[in-house]
Amino acid sequence: MAFSAFATGTAKEQAPRRKSKIALLLLLPGILYLMLFFLVPLVSLVITSFQQPIPYGDIGEFQNAFKWENYVEVVNTYGEHIFRSFAYAILATIFALLFSYPLAYFIGVKARRWPLLQNLMLVLVIAPFFISFLLRTLAWKSILSDESFVISGLKALSLMAPDAHFTGTPAAVVFGLTYNFIPFMTLPLYSTLERLDTRLLEAGSDLYSKPAMTFFKVTLPLSMTGIVSGVLLTFIPAAGDYINASRDFLGGTGTQMIGNVIESNFLVTLNYPAAAALSIILMAVILVMVTVYVKRSGTEDLL
Amino acid sequence: MASGTFAESGADLELVGIKKRFPGFTAIEHLDLTIPAGSFFALLGPSGCGKTTTLRLVAGLEDPTEGSILIGGKDVTHLKPFQRQVNTVFQSYALFPHMTVLDNVAFGLRRRKIEDPVAKAHEALVLVELDHLAARKPQQLSGGQQQRVALARAIVNRPALLLLDEPLGALDLKLRRQMQLELKSIQEEVGLTFVHVTHDQEEAMTMADTVAVMNKGEIEQLGAPQDLYELPRTAFVANFLGQSNLFTGHVASTTSNSITVDVEGAKITVPTKRAQRHKGEVTVGIRPEKLHLHKDEPKKAAGINSIGPGRIIDVSFSGVSTQYTVAVPGLDNLTVFQQNTTFGPIAEEGSEVWASWDVDHGFGLEDDPGAAPRFPADTDTATIAVQKRRALKSELEEA
Repeated sequence: MAFSAFATGTAKEQAPRRKSKIALLLLLPGILYLMLFFLVPLVSLVITSFQQPIPYGDIGEFQNAFKWENYVEVVNTYGEHIFRSFAYAILATIFALLFSYPLAYFIGVKARRWPLLQNLMLVLVIAPFFISFLLRTLAWKSILSDESFVISGLKALSLMAPDAHFTGTPAAVVFGLTYNFIPFMTLPLYSTLERLDTRLLEAGSDLYSKPAMTFFKVTLPLSMTGIVSGVLLTFIPAAGDYINASRDFLGGTGTQMIGNVIESNFLVTLNYPAAAALSIILMAVILVMVTVYVKRSGTEDLL
Repeated sequence: MASGTFAESGADLELVGIKKRFPGFTAIEHLDLTIPAGSFFALLGPSGCGKTTTLRLVAGLEDPTEGSILIGGKDVTHLKPFQRQVNTVFQSYALFPHMTVLDNVAFGLRRRKIEDPVAKAHEALVLVELDHLAARKPQQLSGGQQQRVALARAIVNRPALLLLDEPLGALDLKLRRQMQLELKSIQEEVGLTFVHVTHDQEEAMTMADTVAVMNKGEIEQLGAPQDLYELPRTAFVANFLGQSNLFTGHVASTTSNSITVDVEGAKITVPTKRAQRHKGEVTVGIRPEKLHLHKDEPKKAAGINSIGPGRIIDVSFSGVSTQYTVAVPGLDNLTVFQQNTTFGPIAEEGSEVWASWDVDHGFGLEDDPGAAPRFPADTDTATIAVQKRRALKSELEEA
């Protein structure tokens, strides 16, 4: 590198060009893949969202048009579902963060002295991944069903009204979302907290800071990267999730999220433009929320 | 903790019967120590001697197994670190990486809700000549600058007691010297009590009013640097604080003000008041720079000890002085420092010399020579190097 400063102009110009060719070659498979499976479907999705039904055609037959009213229509029809999706996703993200932070702190900081315990706990966090997402959600459905030991026990103790249900309620859906995304929150938090320099906590304490203050002034800002990536990894998929809220799993008729609406529009009523418009709205809202969040948390330079 | 106010002045520190045990080993055996207010105190010792543990006990980052800690006469043994008017300059600096230099310095002031933290932080940064970098993040500073920020962050709180844990360890020699002087002048300026932990004997001697030499969890000797150097009480102090030539032998004769030790035939006299033991087997010593080399046998005279003849086995030039290693039959190798007041060494390697010194410069140690040596008497690196060179030379001559 240092020698290039003494080299002639031509050599200087050639070097980066050779490099960029190899880089391009290495990038090619990735670019082709993204073109084929991301860009093309995205364009097709946008086109579909503006389509209109063929006059006197069959159900599910559409032609290209610029029917922007599709968007107004779906917002009017499914506004409630869109709002519900983001409300559930935000709640699930908050609960997952509140649950995962102490867990990750324990594994990453407190358990440093016992590497065996540390590894064991990490395995326990990841272990649920070995079982299918669907099966785990179904298992919760039967654990929380009206006939289950848990619910009948709660009813026997009068902690729940005799005619109350848990499955099918918004609480059950948020619970399911929280449960399913906890590992996605815990792992990034763990990886930043594991690198936390505890000498900084001692320094905080030495500088008249009570433990709670040290947490908010030192530990929390230093683990912000983990929080941001955990929140993104939880919030984005949770907002589009349609398993937990589905009637076949933990949801009910009143808990349908945007994912469920897209699914039924696409597969049941064959209203492709509505489903496409909803997908685009979901994507746009997530993009806006994530951008605002990342800007507000002041971690652009950390990302 | 007096919230919102500074300490009026430095406070004295008292450690009473401190013992600290960790699972598996004892870091501090038994420690009684009083550090007067406003002094610059150095705890000197090799790594693992318990000096950093002592500091952490005072800061409250560790709890003593036994004993109590008093700051300004008040028992703080069971107070948490944030409740003690003590600040530490950590060995690793421990600057908060997500805050600017200014926020780092103002951190302690803000936690104690002291008025106008920003102005006070700027003042402290001016003191360490870093005010122009107040808006930077710690990672953007050099090691020496970070160290000064750490110092500013601690002294800005005007603690009753400032603890320095080998704060100059990571600096190069030139910066170290500069920081030593700056620290000393800051201490004099602000009048706080400084407790400085170091393994660098030169640093301890140049900076501190009082030095305590620690070894294996106990204080071996405590006093002014000059007293410790001129009159070490134990072999450990004699060798850790500078170098010493030590001789062990029986006391052969005693007069009213001196004792004479017979070391393998050589008679060495030490003033009685400079010797800790006056009977039986005793160890006496002399600092290498107090020795004089002679090419001819010096005349026997009262008030002069002389040893010889010996042969010079190594000469190493170090600018200000030259170090000679002299092998004397029946004794350990002698180390002699001679000022280079003229050009070149005064004696060649291999020449026969005598060494002499003023009786008043010798000292007698209190260690029991009968007891097992604290450290195995291994050959020092200089001698090993000489031996290797000898072996190589003879090998070459044979070939």
